[in-house]
Amino acid sequence: MLEITNLSHVYGGGSPNAHHAIEGLNLSVAAGELLCIVGPSGCGKSTLLRSIAGLITPTGGQIKVEGDLVRQTPDNLAVVFQDYSRSLFPWMSVADNVALPLRRKNMDKKARREAAHEALESVGLAGAERKYPFQLSGGMQQRVAIARALAYRPSLMLMDEPFGSVDAQTREDLEDLVLKVRGHHRMTIVLITHDIDESVYVGDRVVVLSKAPAHVVGDLKVDLPGPRDQITTREHPDFVHLRAEVGRLVRGHAAAA
Amino acid sequence: MAGQADRGQDAHVTHDLRVSAQTLARARPVGTATRWSRRAAGAVAFVALIELLSRTGLVDPESLPPATEIAARGVTLVSDPAFRAHALTSMLAWAIGLGLAALIAVPLGLLLGSVPIIDAASRSVVEFLRPIPSVALIPLVALLIGTGLQLRVTLVVYAALWPILYNTMYGLRGVDPLAKESLRSYGFGPLSVLLRVSLPSSAPFIMTGFRLAAGVALILTVSTEIVAGQGEGIGVFIYLAGLAVPARMTDILAGVCWVGLFGVVVNALLVAAERRAFRWHHARLGEPG
Repeated sequence: MLEITNLSHVYGGGSPNAHHAIEGLNLSVAAGELLCIVGPSGCGKSTLLRSIAGLITPTGGQIKVEGDLVRQTPDNLAVVFQDYSRSLFPWMSVADNVALPLRRKNMDKKARREAAHEALESVGLAGAERKYPFQLSGGMQQRVAIARALAYRPSLMLMDEPFGSVDAQTREDLEDLVLKVRGHHRMTIVLITHDIDESVYVGDRVVVLSKAPAHVVGDLKVDLPGPRDQITTREHPDFVHLRAEVGRLVRGHAAAA
Repeated sequence: MAGQADRGQDAHVTHDLRVSAQTLARARPVGTATRWSRRAAGAVAFVALIELLSRTGLVDPESLPPATEIAARGVTLVSDPAFRAHALTSMLAWAIGLGLAALIAVPLGLLLGSVPIIDAASRSVVEFLRPIPSVALIPLVALLIGTGLQLRVTLVVYAALWPILYNTMYGLRGVDPLAKESLRSYGFGPLSVLLRVSLPSSAPFIMTGFRLAAGVALILTVSTEIVAGQGEGIGVFIYLAGLAVPARMTDILAGVCWVGLFGVVVNALLVAAERRAFRWHHARLGEPG
């Protein structure tokens, strides 16, 4: 599904202030997998995500999505950004926000509206179609952003710290929402987070990145009994063990640099 | 969180720094009724002052007739077909000029604001043309194309272009890069991003530019008419009233009042339209909608 080979990216290459965000990163993600990527702050996680989405061109290495080399934004890919208030279009109603990307899919107006309605329903926002983003709470806005991605029916959904800007309760709700919708649509999800617990709770697999320049320092399979539950999963011995292990990997490399 | 380089890229275009002219005027938190009664009180006091100055003879009533006389003349002018023709001609020149200016300035602003090479190449020309007072161009333009409607329209376009052009470019500069990336991540190309994200996102600024341009266009319409001094138009009416011996001061000031009133009404309508259309923009800046 997703193959990353020897990826590297340097900002401001050539200048003395060049910032090596990523160096020699290898990663492969299977179809249908929910991969969480964790790493210390500023380690180049977002650079990695932007490279996969074709929003920036990495300075070295290659990325393949479904066998095709990423040169520009791949089709069938959707991104959910952390900053929902900036990534939603404030001049458009919620329904129009969700329906807009569908223009790329040659759907007529009616089909777009139905798809938007369905996606909003699946994130628990039925009836909010005609509202504007500024009339919704932060958590609801992020649900709209997720609905926008879902309506697009991507085979790969990238999420860049999607729950980083909401309160703890909303965060748990949104984590469960992601677990729910991945069951409905067979898609691959790559979720970037700096929250160790979240990565273990949500992911099938957790990949730990080093401090910049980022490369993979840990790759753990999460084998927790499903369905996951905010209380019982988090007190499960395997969960406790895994989060400790991920934590050590994140910290170990944060401290070393 | 984003890498440092990512963040540096975003830092200089935060939304909070984008303040339209209207926002500044709205700082005082007073109720609508209070605001209107204050405005009315100011206007009444001003009228009373003029009346007093003229009636007491402090100022020669020949040069400053009492306010009530000016107002009365203003009312009778409305039923004067000649004056109505003057007014309609002026409004036509104003509207055509303003419309053309918007049709030229918005696409031009989008072009200059999104293609850095063209912006850089045209900068010196733009910076040279901008400070030229439009009135200074009247002899040149009159010589080239005559003194009819085309002269007024040309000069109105020239003057009204700048506020719209600059506000469009300014608005574009402030478009959130993440909003653009959001659309790009769904595979939309640069032109789609420009029309679907950058243009609507800058619309409140373009609209403010348009409102400023409406005022500039009015000034230009009337002053071109006064300088041209022939044909039809409020400016011509004022010019001819001034030419008479003795000058018909009441006519001049009544004409001026109508121009001022027109400007106030247009501005108020455009402000109302802005508030209505860009509720999302004001809500975002944390102002009362």
